[in-house]
Amino acid sequence: MSIEVQHVRKIFGTHEALKDVSLRIETGELMALLGPSGSGKTTLLRIIAGLDLADSGTVHLHDEDATQSTARDRQVGFVFQHYALFRHMTVFENIAFGLRVRPKSTRPTERDIHVRVLDLLKLIQLEWLAYRYPSQLSGGQRQRVALARALAVEPKVLLLDEPFGALDAKVRRELRQWLRRLHDDLHIASVFVTHDQEEALEVADRVAILSDGNIEQVGTPDEVYRHPANAFVKEFLRDVNPRRLMAE
Amino acid sequence: MSKPHAKDPVIVRWTLTVLALAALGLFIVLPLAAVFVQAFGKGWQAYRDTILQPETVSAIELSLLALAISVPMNTLFGLAAAWAITKFQFIGKNVLTTLIDIPFGVSPVISGLVFVLVFGAQGWFGPWLTEHDLPVIFAVPGIILATTFVTFPFVARELIALMESQGTDEEEAAMVLGANSWQMFFRVTLPNIKWGLLYGVVLCTARALGEFGAVSVVSGHIRGQTNTLPLHVEILYNEYNYAGAFAVASLLSVLAVITLALKKFLEWKSSEERG
Repeated sequence: MSIEVQHVRKIFGTHEALKDVSLRIETGELMALLGPSGSGKTTLLRIIAGLDLADSGTVHLHDEDATQSTARDRQVGFVFQHYALFRHMTVFENIAFGLRVRPKSTRPTERDIHVRVLDLLKLIQLEWLAYRYPSQLSGGQRQRVALARALAVEPKVLLLDEPFGALDAKVRRELRQWLRRLHDDLHIASVFVTHDQEEALEVADRVAILSDGNIEQVGTPDEVYRHPANAFVKEFLRDVNPRRLMAE
Repeated sequence: MSKPHAKDPVIVRWTLTVLALAALGLFIVLPLAAVFVQAFGKGWQAYRDTILQPETVSAIELSLLALAISVPMNTLFGLAAAWAITKFQFIGKNVLTTLIDIPFGVSPVISGLVFVLVFGAQGWFGPWLTEHDLPVIFAVPGIILATTFVTFPFVARELIALMESQGTDEEEAAMVLGANSWQMFFRVTLPNIKWGLLYGVVLCTARALGEFGAVSVVSGHIRGQTNTLPLHVEILYNEYNYAGAFAVASLLSVLAVITLALKKFLEWKSSEERG
C-alpha cells in the first residue's frame, strides 16, 4: 500500500509548518522523515494519518484520494511518541480496542478477537503481561504494546512518531532492529519520524530530510550521506557515522 | 540521624500541638458538637417530632428536588463544557472558560437578585410569566434556577483541570483505531475521568444542599412550599425554636460529614487518575 502526498501546505497561526511538500512512499518501503525539531516532520506524519488536515494539497493512500476522509476512515496504524496507551485498560484490552469498536457487521467474534490479540502479544513477546496496566510496564514494553495495538486493525500503512525517542540507548537499538524485521514481514508502507540522523540512516530504506517546512532531499541512506543535495543536508549529516554505511 | 524538627525543644513541640488542637476544637469540633447537643436538648422524642413535622418534611423534599434537578444538569453541562474546552480548539474558548467561573465570583445574594430582576413581577419576563401563569420567583422553579446557577462551576472546573492534564493523546489514538465520537467518549474519555467527575458531583451536591443566599432571595419563605432546609433552619431559629432549628441543622451536618468522607476518598482516587 503506497502513500502519496502532493503539494501539501499547513499553516498554524502565522507559522508555515509545511511549504508545498510532495512525497511518495511505495509498498514495502520503510521511510524516515528526518529533521531538526520544528522542521515539520511530525506535522507531515499527522496529515498523512488524518489527525491534522492540510490547508491545501492532497493525500493519496494506495492511489485513492484520502484528503477528505477522517483519521477514523483511513485505516492507518499510528504509534504516538508517548504511546498514548489507554491508561484504564489492560494490555489485552488496549490491543483489542481497534477490533471492538468496529461496527457489528465487520466486528470479529469474541473468540477471533482473543486469538488475534494473543497472536500480537506473541509477536511482541509480551504474552505474560496481557493483564497488566500500562502504568506497570517499562518504556520499551509500552512501545511494543502501542505497536501491537496499531497493528491489530491490519492497517494499510504504519506511521510512527519518534518511536524510540523516549527510550534508553540499549533498548532503542534492540527495538530498531526488531522494527526493521517486523516491517519486512508485513509488506506495508511505513513512515517514521526521527531527529536522530544515525537512526534514520541505519533503519530506513529511504530518508526524507526536512528543514523549516521543506523537503531538502529524498534518497537512500547512501545517497543522502555520500551525495548531499545542498549545504543544509551536508551540515546536518556531517558528524554522523552510520555503521551500516561504514561497513560497505 | 534524626529528622530536623525532632531537635526542637519538647516545650515548643507541645505548645504548637496543643495550640493547633485547641484551634481545631474551638472552631470545628465545638460548634459541630453544639449542633447535636442542642438538637437533642429536649430528648429524642422532640427531635423526632421536629424532623417529622410536615413543614420540615416538605423542606427536605424541596431540597432534594432542587438537588435532583440541579446536580444532573450541572454534571451534564460540566462534562460538555470540559470536553469542548479541553479537547477542541474554537473561537470564544477563553470567554466560555471565564463565564463558567462567574457564579464563584458573584455573591450568592446578587445571583438571587439577578433572577428577581429577570423573572420577578417587575422584571423583563415577569409580565409574560404572570400572564401564562408560570411563576418563577417565590416559587419552586426559582429555587431550582438559583441552586443550579450557584453550583454551576463545580463539575466543569474539576473536569477542565483534570482533562487538561490528561491531554488529547488517548482520544487521538482511539480515533485512528476507528472509534466514533461516542465510542471515544464512553470507552476512553469517561473512564479516564470518572473519579474526578464524582468528586465534582459531590462538591456540587454539598453546595446545592447548603445554599442559602441566592435561594433566600428568590424563595419568598413560604412555609411548606418554598422553604429549603437551610431556610427552614433560619425560620425555626428566628421563632426561638432552638431545638427545632438545631435538629434540622443536625441533618445538614450529618450530610456535610458524609460529603467530607466521600470527598477525601475521591480526592485520593482522582489523584491516581492524574498520574
